[in-house]
Amino acid sequence: MRLITHNMLSCNIKGVTNGFPLKIEAEKVIEKEVDFNPDFLKHMFAKIEWKALVEAARAMGYGELPEDSPDVAVIESADETFLKKLHHALLEIHLEEGALVCPETGRKFPVNKGIPNMLLHEDEV
Amino acid sequence: MKSRTADIHLVSSHREVYEPCDDSFALVDALLADQTNLINHNPKLCMEIGSGSGYVITSLILLLKESLPNVHYLATDTNPIAARVTNETLQAHGVSAEVVCTDIASCLEERLSGLVDVMVMNPPYVPTPEYEVGVEGIASAWAGGENGRSVIDRVLPVVDRLLSERGWFYLVTLTSNYPSEICLVMRERGYASRIVVQRSTEEENLIVLKFWRDEDEESVVKETASVSFLTQFSRSLSSFVEKQWR
Repeated sequence: MRLITHNMLSCNIKGVTNGFPLKIEAEKVIEKEVDFNPDFLKHMFAKIEWKALVEAARAMGYGELPEDSPDVAVIESADETFLKKLHHALLEIHLEEGALVCPETGRKFPVNKGIPNMLLHEDEV
Repeated sequence: MKSRTADIHLVSSHREVYEPCDDSFALVDALLADQTNLINHNPKLCMEIGSGSGYVITSLILLLKESLPNVHYLATDTNPIAARVTNETLQAHGVSAEVVCTDIASCLEERLSGLVDVMVMNPPYVPTPEYEVGVEGIASAWAGGENGRSVIDRVLPVVDRLLSERGWFYLVTLTSNYPSEICLVMRERGYASRIVVQRSTEEENLIVLKFWRDEDEESVVKETASVSFLTQFSRSLSSFVEKQWR
């Protein structure tokens, strides 16, 4: 599971109002190189919850992202230093084994072989 | 332009996971027929709901990869074994997608809304008793409840929510699912539709539909007003066609 996916996942147990972002418990993190594509990053940037991404990256051992969300000028600038960091955080770090924890209920969703299992129990639907 | 689809010999399998069959091939053929349109459409994010063996999502990636190397792909399945098998099939073809085990797209609905440019689904469409829908394992791949519509009807609003302004949706149906009625339901939500592939096998009459947003308000209002009549009409038409086929 990449952090771009993590940024789109929320816990939707019945009654939960604050199921985002899921806290990451990392057991095994792997990195896979992906072609750098500034257009895709610019496209996705508006949709990313910045704080959630920074925390998730940190939980995966990557602390290079700035604490505060950079403004659009940084995204559009010719200097691609920031975009490269964003690229690495969003697309190249994978949670292979571990768990995602609901911020409201503490319910754990396991991640095995890179696949988060977000299925709910009958009494949670 | 290469027209390579997933290699059936490289598709992973498991006894609890639906293997690629006529319906999967029909869906991939629809994507193949629409390959040029898809490439011109230039999607950023594509998604399959109920990826099963991984045959369809892998084929979609292979069809777009050469012209559009930077598309992001997502696949979901409610069966954890199927999610794993999807990943194995992707890896065997040297491609990647993010796989999430969830019911339809329930954990993604909120944050992913309006972001998906292309969605594909080969749903559980076989008419079955309602209690068979959503049970664990391979039955979740085909059991569709009354008229085979239980899961399809739950999926349509989710699709509407997840699709971007220029989103496209490809859906496999049977004539016994009343596909024209599905088109009307989507029409009410502002979608136009067409048949991409139609195929009769020994067991079933398959129709692959494509939907896209077509916000012509006047026609929406008009269609909505006459929907109950049309629903009745399309039902009788579908059953008539069904009988003719048999």
